[in-house]
Amino acid sequence: MDLFEYEFMLRALLGALIIGLAAPALGIYLVQRRLSLIGDGIGHVALTGVGVGLLLHHSPVVTAVIVSAIGAVGVELVRQRGRTSGDLALALLFYGGIAGGVVLVGLSDDSSNANLMQYLFGSLITTSRADVIVIAVLGALVLVSMLAFRPALFAISNDEEYARVSGLPVRTLNLLMAVTTAVTVTIAMRTVGLLLVSALMVVPVAAAQQVTRGFRATMTVAMVIGVCAAAAGVAVSAEIDTAPGATIVILALAVFVVLALTKALRPRRRKGQPAVAAAPPEHRIAVRWPQ
Amino acid sequence: MTVVRVSHAAVAFAGRVVLRDVSLAVEPGEVVAILGANGSGKSTLIRTVLGLAPLDEGEIELFDTPLRRFRSWERIGYVPQRMGAASGVPSTVGEVVASGRLARRGIFKPPRAADRAAVRAALEDVALADRSADPVATLSGGQQQRVLIARALAGRPDLLILDEPTAGVDAASQEAFAATLSTFQGRGGTILLVAHELGPLQPLIDRCVVVHDGRIGHAGPVPEPAGHHAEPGHEHEHPHAAPEQSGICEWAPTGDRMTAP
Repeated sequence: MDLFEYEFMLRALLGALIIGLAAPALGIYLVQRRLSLIGDGIGHVALTGVGVGLLLHHSPVVTAVIVSAIGAVGVELVRQRGRTSGDLALALLFYGGIAGGVVLVGLSDDSSNANLMQYLFGSLITTSRADVIVIAVLGALVLVSMLAFRPALFAISNDEEYARVSGLPVRTLNLLMAVTTAVTVTIAMRTVGLLLVSALMVVPVAAAQQVTRGFRATMTVAMVIGVCAAAAGVAVSAEIDTAPGATIVILALAVFVVLALTKALRPRRRKGQPAVAAAPPEHRIAVRWPQ
Repeated sequence: MTVVRVSHAAVAFAGRVVLRDVSLAVEPGEVVAILGANGSGKSTLIRTVLGLAPLDEGEIELFDTPLRRFRSWERIGYVPQRMGAASGVPSTVGEVVASGRLARRGIFKPPRAADRAAVRAALEDVALADRSADPVATLSGGQQQRVLIARALAGRPDLLILDEPTAGVDAASQEAFAATLSTFQGRGGTILLVAHELGPLQPLIDRCVVVHDGRIGHAGPVPEPAGHHAEPGHEHEHPHAAPEQSGICEWAPTGDRMTAP
């Protein structure tokens, strides 16, 4: 495709592919913990980081990483305390984040609406070479930690108390999740924008689990869907001149709809059988013991 | 060696006292049941032993090590009351049971042949080997309970701690479950379990601790079925105010409180 003869298009594609791979790999743990919307909230907070960067004439990506990481750790601390007021505390943090961001961007020298839109909805084609390097390095870090710690992250997302009784460093792993969420949000900000970041973490997972039976399979399929939607989204958006971020998300949602319909129309496989039928009355037990 | 030692434990949540001056010791190879009515504090007691609920006063030791310094979590297999409500992401029976290996293997090492063998063996112990690739959400409540037991057994623990393992589980699963525990004990394992009623587990139990209103109300042999209480030579008295209850664990003292020996 001659579109990709342009260097900026190649950079855009590369950035999108990395996000398409990393965002669902992280998002699956968030979905499993019923924190699907956390990425959205952290995105709000990241906007304050963008404002700080523009105001101080610093790279907005760097300040956004720092501010959203602080925000994510704050959210994690609220969650750990498990108070019912946590929900309200999160709302205050998120709206404070977006309002602070809009005000700070307005105060900066470059306070055009276009500038704000670029961060809210993404702007692939203005992605610089330096941006792509930052995206690639941070994206690879997120991906490696999500894959390398999968058993442990699965355990804490599946049953946090059991993970604690297993002696896992639950607090450290939770903070790792918080910081990697913030990093993913920030690097995805250039591709899909802060308002659609969460979609790339959640929609491919939601689509994958329509057809999968296990966690590992869901993760793999979600990453494939994420990458394909990202690649196709960049190409389509260039062709029909739409915002790439929104196009990627629409494509991912289309995959979800197709897979959900496939599942609904497919004859059901075996459903839960009563335990009586599954457990033979005299089942043989052989407990093996530590050697 | 004492497997679990609780000395004068007190626990309060938001100013409300849940446990007061509770002492308990579990010796190797014993099967000890903690009984009590709903809200008596029996679940809080084992959650405190596991470090899941904060201890306000007193001391807890696991395998002769103070709880805050205890690191040998692979020696403990914990079976929670129920599997967390099915989350959005499907997970297979095998994946859930495999998390039981993490305490032994650590988080940095990938699973090896020994881990896979232990998962398979644990699934065979609970007769779910053929369901390993099925999503846990498609299993019945009793089967899900067996998955949680398999997860605990997969770590090859020395001590099993179970929170109401048979609550809401059908009779056939309860029988199978009692057999699994019996085999575990036969190999030298120690068991501490919380129950509302014992059912098929009763023959396994060496000793009973009844928690009532945050205190130990009775400690000793399993209370005999209600009808035998009136027999001469019966050692402990249960001041039943209400008519005899059917399940032995419905027992709830209303008169003088008995103290632990």
